[in-house]
Amino acid sequence: MPPSPPPFPPNDPSRERKNVQDPDRCAYLPSVDVKAPSFLRSTAVRDGIGLGVAVGAAGLAFGTAAVTAGLSPAQAVFLSLFTFTGASQFALVGVVAGGGSLVAGVLGALLLGARNTLYGLRLADVLGWRGVRRAVAAHGVIDETAAMTLPHTDRTAAREAFTATYVVLGAFWTATTLVGSLATDRVADVSAFGLDAVGPAVFLGLLWPRLRDGGARVRVIALLGAGVALATTPLLPPGVPVLLAAAAALVGLLGPGAEPVSRPDRVSVEEGRP
Amino acid sequence: MTLWISLIATAAGCYLLKYAGLAAPRRLLDIPWLQRFATAVPIALLAALIAVEALRGEGQALAWDTARMGGLGAAVLALVLRAPFLVVVVAAAATTAALRWWGAG
Repeated sequence: MPPSPPPFPPNDPSRERKNVQDPDRCAYLPSVDVKAPSFLRSTAVRDGIGLGVAVGAAGLAFGTAAVTAGLSPAQAVFLSLFTFTGASQFALVGVVAGGGSLVAGVLGALLLGARNTLYGLRLADVLGWRGVRRAVAAHGVIDETAAMTLPHTDRTAAREAFTATYVVLGAFWTATTLVGSLATDRVADVSAFGLDAVGPAVFLGLLWPRLRDGGARVRVIALLGAGVALATTPLLPPGVPVLLAAAAALVGLLGPGAEPVSRPDRVSVEEGRP
Repeated sequence: MTLWISLIATAAGCYLLKYAGLAAPRRLLDIPWLQRFATAVPIALLAALIAVEALRGEGQALAWDTARMGGLGAAVLALVLRAPFLVVVVAAAATTAALRWWGAG
């Protein structure tokens, strides 16, 4: 999916205009600077819906994985609604499924979630929100919103892209988590649907653009991380091996003139998954 | 109950991490080693998660599951072909399910 697809032909403007008259139309959107007509016609919304469908598939898988791991549907939806960062959620649920240490699971999820801090640092300038809006927007700082927002230099366009992606993805992610978890409650054998391959496939989809665009250093870090985790898995409680693997990231600090592992300005949509 | 506590801790922690980024001084981005390390951590973690979940067996043991590995192979193929995320995930699940139905792994 390209970051900025060609503009599509605008809808009939006269029809759109009627919607503007209704001030309550967008009332359900948090921190919206987006007016109804631009919201409805916006490429950001269309992109967001495109991404939302893909994320929805992952949401189904997450709901499934969570219930299979022993969470209730309510707990799965709680995670999607409030944690709202897929990789961390999958990681935590993976540890619960393995019967591992919950502390290690939480720490692993937080370490993975720390990449959102980086996105936040980059988004702060372009969004320029303060106070309550910033506090609300913070919840929506994830791979996808960063990928869709950072290419914009214009503040209004950036805010619109951020809000549209955030709202659409939030709705899809939470709704599909609910559907996936409720459905799994009724399915006897999850593995027959190949859903155990979904977790690693989601992580693979997140890692792939970094491997492709990064240099040899990135591959070394990835190989070391995987190696450390595999070597310690039989010895340590589930969750801990993945934490230990973070030590492989220290390689990123070694060596003279280490090139940045990935260029901060190059966030592609492909990089962004929940 | 313990599970609920860890869910709430994860949700709160992840929110604070996001908020810290939005609220922190942007000059943190100009510290090269911090930037490098922070970019490297998800790479190591994601690679570790892929390996551990792909080869997950009973309990703490590692195990080779041909159907699941076939599904991941399909995901790799889809990624090489630059397929959308949805296709990658569905390809992995469908291939695994099909291989299992055939009796593999």
